[in-house]
Amino acid sequence: MIELRNCTKRFGEHTVLNGINLRFEAGSVTAVLGPNGSGKTTLMKTILGLVRPESGEMFIEGESVLGGAEYRNVIGYMPQIARFQDNLTARELIAMIRDIRENPPGSREEELCAMFDLAPHLGKQLKTLSGGTRQKVNAVLAFMFNPQILMLDEPTAGLDPIAASTFKDLVLAEREAGRMILLTSHIMSEVHELADTIVFLLEGNVYFQGASAELLANTGENTLERAIARLLQEKNHSAAFELKNLKTQHFSA
Amino acid sequence: MLAVCVFGNATAKTHDLYPSHEGGVIARAVSGAQAGDTLRLHAGVYQEHDIVIRKPLVLIAAAGDEHKAVIDATLKGSSIVFVRTSGVTMRGLVLRNVPVSYMNDNAAIRVEGAQNGTFENLRIDNALFGLYLATSANCHIVGNVLRATKGNESSSGNGIHLWRCDNITVERNDVHGHRDGIYLEFNRHALVRGNTSEGNMRYGLHFMFSDSCAYEGNTFRNNGSGVAVMYSRFVRMTDNRFLNNWGAAAYGVLFKDITDSYMAGNHFIKNTVGLYAEGVNRTKIEHNEFRENGWALKMLGSSSDNVFRFNNVIGNSFDVTTNSFGSENRFIHNYWSRYEGYDLDRNGLGDVPFRPVRLFSVLVEEQQPALVLMHSLLVNMLDVAERVIPSMTPEALMDVAPSMKPFEITTTKAQTAIRKN
Amino acid sequence: MKTIIKLTRYGIISAARSRWILGYTAFFFLASEGLMRFGGDTSKAVASLLNVVLLLIPLVSIVIGTMTVYNNRDFTELLLSQPLKRGSLFAGQYLGLALPLTAAYLLGVGVPLLARMGSTDSVTNAGLVLMLLASGTALTHIFTALALVVATRYDDRAFGLGAALLLWLMAAALYDGIMLAVIWTFRDYPLEMPVLAMSILNPIDLARTLVMLKFDVAALMGYTGAVFEKFFGTALGMSAAASALLFWVLAPFGLGMKIFAKKDF
Repeated sequence: MIELRNCTKRFGEHTVLNGINLRFEAGSVTAVLGPNGSGKTTLMKTILGLVRPESGEMFIEGESVLGGAEYRNVIGYMPQIARFQDNLTARELIAMIRDIRENPPGSREEELCAMFDLAPHLGKQLKTLSGGTRQKVNAVLAFMFNPQILMLDEPTAGLDPIAASTFKDLVLAEREAGRMILLTSHIMSEVHELADTIVFLLEGNVYFQGASAELLANTGENTLERAIARLLQEKNHSAAFELKNLKTQHFSA
Repeated sequence: MLAVCVFGNATAKTHDLYPSHEGGVIARAVSGAQAGDTLRLHAGVYQEHDIVIRKPLVLIAAAGDEHKAVIDATLKGSSIVFVRTSGVTMRGLVLRNVPVSYMNDNAAIRVEGAQNGTFENLRIDNALFGLYLATSANCHIVGNVLRATKGNESSSGNGIHLWRCDNITVERNDVHGHRDGIYLEFNRHALVRGNTSEGNMRYGLHFMFSDSCAYEGNTFRNNGSGVAVMYSRFVRMTDNRFLNNWGAAAYGVLFKDITDSYMAGNHFIKNTVGLYAEGVNRTKIEHNEFRENGWALKMLGSSSDNVFRFNNVIGNSFDVTTNSFGSENRFIHNYWSRYEGYDLDRNGLGDVPFRPVRLFSVLVEEQQPALVLMHSLLVNMLDVAERVIPSMTPEALMDVAPSMKPFEITTTKAQTAIRKN
Repeated sequence: MKTIIKLTRYGIISAARSRWILGYTAFFFLASEGLMRFGGDTSKAVASLLNVVLLLIPLVSIVIGTMTVYNNRDFTELLLSQPLKRGSLFAGQYLGLALPLTAAYLLGVGVPLLARMGSTDSVTNAGLVLMLLASGTALTHIFTALALVVATRYDDRAFGLGAALLLWLMAAALYDGIMLAVIWTFRDYPLEMPVLAMSILNPIDLARTLVMLKFDVAALMGYTGAVFEKFFGTALGMSAAASALLFWVLAPFGLGMKIFAKKDF
């Protein structure tokens, strides 16, 4: 169980997390949604300790962990498509992470490599691997130590449909095993398929938090995509206008 | 026991001398001998000093006893032998242990007011002064070996010291460890040839106020400050080697107030300054080799009307430094290893002038600590900038037609022949 | 500590496989080998190498260092998501860069030079070569540390690279320009001590001075040389030089560590 209390993060003038309070429970999949720049990645990075919030607290199983390093022993993280320019091979990278996490409990590396059909690629240098293959390697790294908490940032981006489907099965199996799973995705069908709970972030605030069914019911829509669109429409005009601006900027950049 | 035997005819006798416990063997023989007699010293140590010779005598080692007959002053008295007359010859003896004195110029052999003296094949060890000649003329100092080992500059004397002499020949001597190896003051027509002067505390060769002297084929190596040549005219220095005079105030040759002189066929190698010229006029410097010196040539003060040509200037940190930017001196047809010009008409001479003064060396001359920047990127860039924009360096001092190839430095006689062809 | 060693080891493995480090080693090897073979004696080769070393080591260390940090950005994030202390990661990153660079330099320059250090060479030459190797090592560590500061401080790759080059230019040339200007401006005053102080403060100048004093070049410098030789000949002088070099490693390292610890990825 993770709990965030009053977490605030600013990048210069821009407030990315605005005193956020959130709880994530074991045995559930939570999808963090929101438009670009709403703070999804920052939220994940805050939990991971990659980003240091200005204020607020974070507890894992009731223990304050912000600023520490040990707590990441229970977290598996799958970053957005990473561009490793490194000369290590996939096998060496896996070995290295295993080496760094001293005495990891029961490693599943072989099972996972077989699952994603990675065997032919393990001896290749990371920089020569395709995006999808690297993403599979990342999946292995995230899941191999049976972590209590899984953080998955756009996990299926770049995966082919077969691998994506394998991956989703894996996530559901982990939920059954009682893990706490946090996920961001742009693919609403995937969110619908996997997520029990949805956290909708907008301009650094939690705009909605609840079960996905609840969201559908509240908005009266029958797909998540439409429900989200409705959420955005409901937001007051000025905010919507800002958001539109933000999006325009994003595309023109 | 009879220490002295007398042979020979009435006009010139030969006295055979052997060492004796009684001492004074040589002194007694000298006073007993007639002018023109020969004293023949047999092997052994003669503990004597202050032997004064007032008549022409020959003091030699007996045949087969060369360098075995030793006159040892045991650090007593002033000089060992004091020659006060003309026509004295000394040959093949060893003289040693002349005491240090701060008042007297104690010497192994002191010669005063003498003509036609010959001092040959002697070995002089641990003497304050080795051979000290004053107001003498037409003497020969040939093939002697002088070794002084201890002391510092103030408690040691010169190896071969010539004061107010005329027409002295100093040839094939080997001097080591003295204050100045060879020293000349107020001499005329001295010829210093084929000597080796090495590891002396101050200068290998030091001369002042000595006009019309010639220095040929000598080697001066590793002396405290190199060779100093001062206040003289008509000096001829040829085929000498000035090597490894390396130290904060060392140079191959120091020229100070020298006029109408000539320097050729010399090698200046690995000296802090190869040739340091101050107040040098009407002097020709040609066919010399300057290699791997800190500065090949430092020309300072009021030096003018000198010619510097046909020299090899190779691999020196600085080629030429000067503090006068007039064109009083002529640099032409030298080979400069730093030269990067071209020769389109293939006449063996570069088509663009070479400026041997680096801007950095001007800076260094002005303020020596700037030398810490040697080998720095900045200074290397300065050098490149100089080449691209030559106006940064002193305009006047340049070699308008540098040689593209180094010269073969042969002896001066051979060079003269080549030039005639 | 164990983690630092592990991270360093992977950094070294990764560097050993990269082309730049091979090129860097090969360049130094060919340069030294060539100079030894065609240039004559050791001291001459060292004199020529000194220019290359003083120019190239800082430049390569700071550029490669900065670029590697930027290129490994995603990898660093992955490592940061592991139960690692940031300090260990930073130290590992530093050593993983500085050690291969040092090894490349020592192999490239040290092997051709030391292999020929036969009986013909004097003790002076051995001292000279060792000083060259030591100064090069110090410069590698200093400029790698500076690279880490720059690349950690600035997220923008182009800006960071620019800053790194500027820093290199400062140390390699601009500083000397200022020094020269000072020398020229105050040329009527005795400047031995100020110049000595100034050349200790810049690591490139210090490295150059230390090697130069091992040549007999000190004699060229007359009184200045005597002052320098006397200073660096004493235990005080050598420890001042060593502390200055150490300062230039530790200060940027500490600063980089501080920035790294607070940084948002």
